[in-house]
Amino acid sequence: MFDSLSQRLQDIFRRLRGDAYLTEKNLKEGLRDIRLALLEADVHVDVVRRFIEQVREEALGAKVLESLKPAQQLVGVVHRQMVNLLGGEEDAWKIPAVSPATFLLVGLQGAGKTTTANKLARWLKRSGRHPMLVAADWRRPAAAEQLKLLSEQSGIPLWAPPGPMDMESLARRSREEARRAGLDLILIDTAGRLHVNTELMEELTALRDASSAAEVFLVADSMTGQDAVRSASEFHQRVDLTGVILTKLDGDARGGAALSMRATVGVPIRFVGTGEQPEALELFHPDRLASRILGMGDVVTLVERAQEVYETGEAEKTAARLRKQEFTLDDLREQLRRLKRMGSMDQILGMLPGVASLPAGLAAGDGQLVAVESILDSMTVEERARPQVLNGSRRKRIARGSGRSVSEVNRLLRQYSEMKRMLKTLSRRPGATARAMFGLQKGRR
Amino acid sequence: MNPFSRLFRGLQRTRQGLRRGLGRLAGGSPGAGDFEVLEESLLAADVGPRLTEEILCALREEGGKGDLLERLRSEIHRRLEVAEPAKMVEPTGPEVILLVGVNGSGKTTTAGKLARRFSEGGRKVILAAADTFRAAAIEQAEAWAERAGCQVVRQATGSDPAAVVHDALEAARARGADVVLVDTAGRLHTRQPLMEELTKIHRVAGRAIEGAPHQVLLVLDASTGQNGLHQARGFLRAAGVTGVILTKLDGTARGGVVLPIIAELQVPIRYVGVGESVEDLLPFDARLFVSGLLEEDASSPAGAAL
Repeated sequence: MFDSLSQRLQDIFRRLRGDAYLTEKNLKEGLRDIRLALLEADVHVDVVRRFIEQVREEALGAKVLESLKPAQQLVGVVHRQMVNLLGGEEDAWKIPAVSPATFLLVGLQGAGKTTTANKLARWLKRSGRHPMLVAADWRRPAAAEQLKLLSEQSGIPLWAPPGPMDMESLARRSREEARRAGLDLILIDTAGRLHVNTELMEELTALRDASSAAEVFLVADSMTGQDAVRSASEFHQRVDLTGVILTKLDGDARGGAALSMRATVGVPIRFVGTGEQPEALELFHPDRLASRILGMGDVVTLVERAQEVYETGEAEKTAARLRKQEFTLDDLREQLRRLKRMGSMDQILGMLPGVASLPAGLAAGDGQLVAVESILDSMTVEERARPQVLNGSRRKRIARGSGRSVSEVNRLLRQYSEMKRMLKTLSRRPGATARAMFGLQKGRR
Repeated sequence: MNPFSRLFRGLQRTRQGLRRGLGRLAGGSPGAGDFEVLEESLLAADVGPRLTEEILCALREEGGKGDLLERLRSEIHRRLEVAEPAKMVEPTGPEVILLVGVNGSGKTTTAGKLARRFSEGGRKVILAAADTFRAAAIEQAEAWAERAGCQVVRQATGSDPAAVVHDALEAARARGADVVLVDTAGRLHTRQPLMEELTKIHRVAGRAIEGAPHQVLLVLDASTGQNGLHQARGFLRAAGVTGVILTKLDGTARGGVVLPIIAELQVPIRYVGVGESVEDLLPFDARLFVSGLLEEDASSPAGAAL
């Protein structure tokens, strides 16, 4: 996500780097390019205008003009303004301490409310709450059925109203159901609606009042264009949104809608949806996203994800095995599985600084991961522990079992032995890690 | 109720804005301020900065004769016109229509509305519930089929969508159906394996019935921004999109991203969705679409809501 915008901005800054001074002329050109990049990223025209004015004002301050490194100065200014626009360094979201607390998920049709309801319930459960889902979308055919199936998979209690009912009853019965089941958080998935549909919007106001909702989240599609501002402000007027959840950020949407909504409606973005798996929901951090957009990388998120996936003990155990060079194919398989749980290869690479400027295609590695995993899966336990037993006929069997060619099996084994050789070098010269990693990257193809 | 008045109802609130913005130039030649008004209006309609610049350039070069708004309208009109593709061999068996698009664009709903439309036109329709991924998508398709009074071919959730399509096409031939509507799972155009799955569905359809799928329609949410162009490219590559259906046009989004899409892909818009009920799917009307795109209050592009 955001790759294209960060790529554009990096190009702009690189061009400015050639200039010795930040002059009014090259500033004007730089700002024109930034304007274009933001518009292409679907940032609202009004927001773009305001943003550019603020950057120009700050950049025209004497200090910047006298600066010897114009590109860096401008990056600094743009970054500061971008963080501001995204909500500044505001406090991270905390789950309201009310019990039972009611959360509403509202939004346009197709924004991803039902999928998000399930993801958010899982997130809240991981954070120690006891959520109950309420399937209150009786307009879209089979919407309740969808949430029911998802909640069963997640092991989250669900209450589905037997049929359409007024909002007071919906709120009251939800509370009763939650109390009976001993649950402390009610998450209501409402029907998608257009912000111009007065009748349905009034219904939402009634539900908000009847349920005295602690949080009202607008679920918004990150691929939305200029209209994001208008729909978000209509919803805000009706129900006093407390936050926005931005969905489908795992595509190549540049997320201008996020900037626009934050800047005009003034409601913080709380979560972002980053994939189809039920775990793919993350807390939103303005400063990290601003860095991402500007191509400064998002190492913090990468480290956090890694921490979630690797329990500390495990990591140490692996490190110890690496040092003792006992790294077997079984360990490799385990590592691959963990890597996959961190997200797709593109996502992981996208969090590293400067990766936006890598040539496209270099980041395409998911398919290969799957291939490697299927080959490893087709081996016996003994084969993974002692790869030296892998003779020609075993390799043929593995190729058949995994649907890959023998040469792919051979290549994997070759890479594995290269890796072992490298580990040997590494344990002797700790400083060589970076170079060795890069060698591994190149060897992947 | 005349279906077009439905579309107009949504547009009326915002009428006259652009005209008011341009009002002061009546008679005289347009100045820089007028072009700014036009620019903001096009940008706010999601036309995108590149095509907006191109349109403005064309208007400037023409040299200021005639009503600026009228000239703008015809510039946009020109860009909506696409040469109808030469009719391929008339389908000998059932016509197969594949609906593709990103998550939440409205494929299943559109499939249901199309089914109803074709059924009412006297054609025998089979709906292939090929979204085997999303929970309860099959049940949703079945509910729509019931409303439309057509048959459904389905398998269990999680089964191979290409197999569902194969079954549906076999069934259509056996039962003498006229149209097969294939509702596929929503997928982001960046997810390579899922796009390959779509290519496979396309291939399987072609093996079951010659020349199938006869139409591949990209279902696009009208509120989509410039990402719509990336979506269109991705689905064109994977499934050979032949047309666009623009959904949810009854809100305040104006769907301007179809302009760069049409400019690049050279495929027509087939239908627009303007409401939630079964009859709210209309054949595309360029004249109505252009007025919807332009009659916005350009002096405050974010509109009355702000």
